[in-house]
Amino acid sequence: MTKPPIRKEIRFLLNGESVALDDVRPGDMLLDFLRIRRSLTGTKEGCAEGDCGACTVLVGRLGADDTLTYESVNACIRFLGSLDGCHVVTVEHLKRADGSLHPVQQALVDHHGSQCGFCTPGFVMSLYALWMNDPDADDRAIETALQGNLCRCTGYESIMRAARAISCYGSPDDDPLAGERATVAHALRMMGDGARVEIDSADGRIVVPADADDLARVLEAEPEATIVSGATDAGLWVTKFMRDVSPVVFTGHMDGLKTVHTHGNMLSIGAGVSYTRARGVFAAHIPQLGDLIERIGGEQIRNMGTIGGNIANGSPIGDMPPPLIALGATVTLRKHHNRRSIPLEDFFIDYGRQDRAPGEFVESVSVPLPPRDAQFAVYKISKRRDEDITAVLGAFFLRLDGDNRVQQIHIAYGGMAATPKRARAVEAALAGQSWTMHTVEEALDAYASDFQPISDMRASADYRMLVARNLLKRFFMETTSGLAGGKAA
Amino acid sequence: MGKHEQPDLTAATIKGGVATQQRHDSAHKHVTGEAVYIDDITEPRGCLHAYLGLSTVTHGRVRGIDAEPALKMPGVVAVLTGTDVPGVNDISPTGRNDEPIFADRVVQFYGQPVFAVVAESRDIARRACAKVKVHYEELPAIVDYADTGETPKLVCDPLTLQRGDVAKALEGAPRRLSGEMRIGGQDHFYLEGHIALAIPGEDGDMFVHSSTQHPSEVQHMVAHALGVPNHAVTVDVRRMGGGFGGKETQSNLFASVAAIAARRTGRAVKIRPDRDDDMTATGKRHDFLVGYDVGFDEDGNILGVDFTYAARCGFSADLSGPVTDRALFHCDNAYFWPAVKAVSAPLYTNTVSATAFRGFGGPQGMVGAERVIEEVAFATGLDPLEVRRKNFYGEPGRDVTPYHQTVEDNVIARIVDELEASSDYQARRKAIRAENAKGGVIRRGIALTPVKFGISFTATHFNQAGALVHVYTDGSVHLNHGGTEMGQGLYVKVAQIVAEEFQIDIDQVKITATTTGKVPNTSATAASSGSDLNGMAAQAAARTIRERLADFAAEFYELPRDQIAFLPNRVRIGNQEIPFAELVKQAYVARVQLSATGFYKTPGIHWDRDSGKGRPFYYFAYGASVSEVSVDTLTGEYRVERSDILHETGRSLNPAIDLGQVEGGFIQGMGWLTTEELVWDGKGRLRTHAPSTYKIPLASDRPRIFNVALADWSENREETIHKSKAVGEPPFMLGMSVFHALSDAVASVADYEVCPRLDAPATPERVLMAIERLSGRARRHGA
Repeated sequence: MTKPPIRKEIRFLLNGESVALDDVRPGDMLLDFLRIRRSLTGTKEGCAEGDCGACTVLVGRLGADDTLTYESVNACIRFLGSLDGCHVVTVEHLKRADGSLHPVQQALVDHHGSQCGFCTPGFVMSLYALWMNDPDADDRAIETALQGNLCRCTGYESIMRAARAISCYGSPDDDPLAGERATVAHALRMMGDGARVEIDSADGRIVVPADADDLARVLEAEPEATIVSGATDAGLWVTKFMRDVSPVVFTGHMDGLKTVHTHGNMLSIGAGVSYTRARGVFAAHIPQLGDLIERIGGEQIRNMGTIGGNIANGSPIGDMPPPLIALGATVTLRKHHNRRSIPLEDFFIDYGRQDRAPGEFVESVSVPLPPRDAQFAVYKISKRRDEDITAVLGAFFLRLDGDNRVQQIHIAYGGMAATPKRARAVEAALAGQSWTMHTVEEALDAYASDFQPISDMRASADYRMLVARNLLKRFFMETTSGLAGGKAA
Repeated sequence: MGKHEQPDLTAATIKGGVATQQRHDSAHKHVTGEAVYIDDITEPRGCLHAYLGLSTVTHGRVRGIDAEPALKMPGVVAVLTGTDVPGVNDISPTGRNDEPIFADRVVQFYGQPVFAVVAESRDIARRACAKVKVHYEELPAIVDYADTGETPKLVCDPLTLQRGDVAKALEGAPRRLSGEMRIGGQDHFYLEGHIALAIPGEDGDMFVHSSTQHPSEVQHMVAHALGVPNHAVTVDVRRMGGGFGGKETQSNLFASVAAIAARRTGRAVKIRPDRDDDMTATGKRHDFLVGYDVGFDEDGNILGVDFTYAARCGFSADLSGPVTDRALFHCDNAYFWPAVKAVSAPLYTNTVSATAFRGFGGPQGMVGAERVIEEVAFATGLDPLEVRRKNFYGEPGRDVTPYHQTVEDNVIARIVDELEASSDYQARRKAIRAENAKGGVIRRGIALTPVKFGISFTATHFNQAGALVHVYTDGSVHLNHGGTEMGQGLYVKVAQIVAEEFQIDIDQVKITATTTGKVPNTSATAASSGSDLNGMAAQAAARTIRERLADFAAEFYELPRDQIAFLPNRVRIGNQEIPFAELVKQAYVARVQLSATGFYKTPGIHWDRDSGKGRPFYYFAYGASVSEVSVDTLTGEYRVERSDILHETGRSLNPAIDLGQVEGGFIQGMGWLTTEELVWDGKGRLRTHAPSTYKIPLASDRPRIFNVALADWSENREETIHKSKAVGEPPFMLGMSVFHALSDAVASVADYEVCPRLDAPATPERVLMAIERLSGRARRHGA
C-alpha cells in the first residue's frame, strides 16, 4: 500500500463545464456554490435539510464497473468537497440550445404542473432522473420517485398527469445526457488520477481519501475527523446546527466500501452502499428490507444515504438497525489494518454512544439470510406514510418447531428507547411457547419491562407502547392467516 | 415566450380570452428555473445580509443584550435592536401597537425576533446571531387553553352572532347534546420562505423587493418603521413561491428589518430566514377549541345551536379579529340554524401570533358545524348525509344566516345531489358497512361534506382595487394592477380579461410586477378576491381606453359609434377592417390618451359588527366532496382510497387554473386535518418547525382515485367579472370529507353507536387512540 499522491483541489464537471476548486471550505454545500458563486439560481433552497426537494440536481459518477450513473440528490446537504470526479447537472442544463423545452419540462407546462413554480425545478430534476431510467414509469414508480419533492400548491395531480405523459414528448435515447455520455465519461475518467485530495483553509481541512486503504491511513493520522459518507445527517449538522465538521473526511466516492457479496447464507454489504443500491440487493434476498427502504427518506436521500451511515450514526430512530439486529447481523469495524466484527446489537451502547474507537470506521455489515423456515417482518409506523421519520419501527424474526412452538424469536424496535433495542423480555415470554394469540396476548405485559418510550412531536409514549404491542399482534396474524386483511397504509 | 409573433388578423377568436384554458403565464419560466424569485435577483453592489436573533424564552423581560462578541467577528457590520428603529418599532397591521419589530422590553413567545445581525454574508450574519447574548428574566407563560384561566386575556374584541332565542330552542328541543372539539393550526409551508431585499435611494427613499401578498401594507409598515412618508417607499413583487395567507402580514417583519438595516448602513440589505426560523418566528393558522350545545329532534332536524369558538391567537392581535369573526361567519357552513348563538374568544397566549391562512377562520368555523351534524347523526342513527340535507339552507324562512344575511344563491342541494349520484355514494356506503361488519383489521369509512364559503373581505373598505393599463403605439399593452401572484394564476386571469376587452391575443398583453408605485393603496391579495377585484379594475381601465379608441374611430372615420366593432386583433370600422395596432397608431397621432387607470369597489355589501347584522358577503361559493378511506385498526394508519369533488366557480375565467386551485386546495385541506400537526412542548417551544417534523401531503398521499369536476352549469348571479366566482379559498374546505370518512371508519369499531369525536388533525395516533376509546367502550357494554 503506497501512499497516493496529494492533490490540492477538487475537480468536477458542472453541466458542460469543468471546474477545479482549491478554496472549498469543510462546510460548503453544493447549493450555495451553484446559487451564490455560479449564479445558477434555477436550483432553489426550500428547507436546507434534504426534505423538500426544491434543490434537486443530478450527480453522475463512474462506478466501479466504469459505467456512468446519474442520480438525483439534494444539493442543500451535498458537501461541495464530496463532488470530486462527479458530473453535476442542474435544471439550466435541460433547455435546448434552440430554446425549446425538454420533454419533462414541456409535459409539466402542458399539464399545468406548476403554480407558484418554486418547487418546479426540483420536480423537473426528479422526474428527469426517473424518466431516464424508466420512461414508462407507472404511478407507483412516479410517486416513489417524488417522495422527496414537496409541492404546496398543486396537490400533485397535475404533476402526475405530466409525469405519465413525458414519453409522449421524446425518448431518453435522444436526451443530451445520453448523447454526451461518452464525452462525459471520458472527462471523468481523465479526472480520476488516484490522488488523495487535501484542501486546507482558515475554516478547516477537507480530505478526500483515494480509496478505503487510504481512508484507514487518513483516520490513523486524524482519528477525530468527521467521516461523511452520504451526508444525509451530517449535512444538517452544518446547515441547521452550524457545527464545525473540520477536519472532514469524505468517503461517499469509495467503491471499496460499496461492495456487496454473499458467502453461503451470509450477505455482506459495504458501509458505503446507498439505500438505493441496497434496495435492489435486498429485494433479491430479503424483500421485506427492500420494501422498508422504499419508505426511508425520498429518492434523493436514498441515493445519498448509506447503510453504513445509518448504523454508524447511532440514531434511535434509524430504520435499518432494528431489522438487521432481528436478523442477527454483525458489523465490521476497521482501524488501519485491524478489523473486528461484533453483533450489531452490541454496537449501540447508549443514546449518542456507539462502540467505535477513534480512528475506527464502519466497513461493512453482514446479514445472515433468513432460513427457509423462518418468518421475518418489518413494520414502520410514521405520521405520514412516506418520507417521514419513524415513530415506531418493529422487526420480527421467528422460527417455529414442528409443534408450533417458538424455537427462536428476535424482536427489535426503533423509536422505543435511546438506541435500537431488542425486546428481550417479550422474547423470553414467547420462547418455547405455542405460537398462538393467547401466548402473544400473555407476552404483551412484558413490553413494560423492555421499554419506557418517550413522548415527542412524532408520537406520545402511550401511542408508541400501544403500537409496539399491536405490531406483535400484526406479526402473529400475518404468520398465521396470510395477510390478516391486508394493510391500509 | 419566444419571439414575438404577429397577431393573426383573420382569427375567429383571440388567443387567451376569458373562459379558456390558459397555462400559467410563467409556466415556461417555472420549469426552466428562469422565473426570478427575490433570492434569484442579482444582488446590488455591496449588498449586505441580515439575520434575525430569536428569543430563547417563552415569556420574559429583556435585561440586557451583549452584542460585542458578534460585532468582533470579521464581516459583521451591525447588530440592530429595538432602539435602532428610526421610526416606530411596531408592525401591528391593525394599528394596535402590539407587535414590535424587535422585542425590546418583553419577549412574548419562544422565537420572537429580538435583534438582527447585519453582515457581509448571510452565513456570517447567521453565525454571528448565535454569539449575541441576551439576558432574560423569565416570566410565567400561557401556552395552551388550559393556562388561560377564568377570565382570559384577549388580543382583540370578541364577536357575538345571534339569531332567534337559542336558550329557548335548546330547552324545548326533544334531544340535546354538547361537546368540545380541538382543531389544530397549520403552517403555510410556502416553498419559498420569507425574504426581502431593501435598496436605499436618494432623499431617504427605500425600494423594497418583498415576497408579500400585501405590497401596500409592507410599504406603510416600512415607512412607519423608517419614520418617512409612504411616498418614500416603493414595494415591488413579481411573484411569490407560495403565500396561502402566510405572506399577508408576516412579510412586514422582514421588509422592515431589511429597510432599517439598509437605512443604517446605506447599503442594500437582504434578509432570508432559514426554514426553521421562518416556521418558528412567523404566524400560522389559528388553532381552535370549539364548544357546542345543540338541540335537535329524532328526525335529525337541528333546532338550535350555541357555539363558542376560542382561538389561540398568540401574543398579538395581528389579523385575529377578522379571522375569529370569519370563523363565526362560517359556523353554519351550508346549514340553516333556526336559532343560533356563536361567540368568539380571541385568546392571548405566549405563542407566535396566529395569522391569515387560506380560509381565514372559515375552515375552523365549518369544521365546528360539521361536528354538530356528525353528533346529531350518531345520536339519531341517521346517515350523516341525510342530516346534512335536512338542515341545508332552503326556501324563505330557512334562508337567513346567523349574521342576518339572506342566502340568495344557494346551489348546495344540486351540487350534493349530483355528487351523490356521480360518486355512487349510497351503494358504496352500504358495501362499506357490510364489509366492516365482518370485523376485519382494516376498516373503511366514507363521508360527503358540503362547502359554502362567503366571498368578500368582511372589512367592507378592503373590497376595492385599482389597475393601470397602457397601450403602446405598436398595439402592445402593459398591464398592472394591485393583485399579487403567488401561484394562483391571478396574473394570467387578469391578462385574459384585458385581452378579451381589447380583443387582442394574450401575448400582446405584458404582465408586470405589482408595485406600489403604479397602483396605490391596494388591498391584500387575500379573501379569494384577487380576480374579482383586480379583474374588474383592469377591465375598467381597458374599457376606458377602448371607449376612447371607439370614440376616436367614429369621429375620424365619420361613422356612427355602432359601426365600430372590436374583432380579434382588428377593428371593424364601417365596412373595412384595420389592425388594432393601426387604429392605436392613428389615435396616438390624433393625441388620444392611451393610458388609463381602472377602479372597482364591490357593490351592495355592508356589515355592522356591533349589531352582528349586515350583508358582509357579495355572494357564496359552493362545492362538495366525498371521500373514502381505509384505516388500520392496529396502528391508526390510513389511506384515502377515493375522493370525488364537484365544485362551482361560476363561469370560470380559466378552467385549467381553477381545476388546479380545487385539486390543490383539497389536498392542502386534507393535510390540515390529517398529518399536519403543530406540536408545542410544555415550555412553549414549537417542535415541528421543518419538513422533517411537519408533514404536509406528498404525491403518494393523494387519493388513489381522484375525480374532480367543476360544475359546468354554474354562473354567478351577481355581476362579477364575466360571471365568474372566486376559487382561492373555498376548495380548501373540501378536505373535510377525508376527516369525516376517517371518523366513519373509526365509528365502525363500536358499530356506529358512538360519535368518535376525533380532534383535528386526525394523525394516525389520534385515529388509533379514538379506536381504543371506542372499542374499549364497546367491550364494556358487552359488544
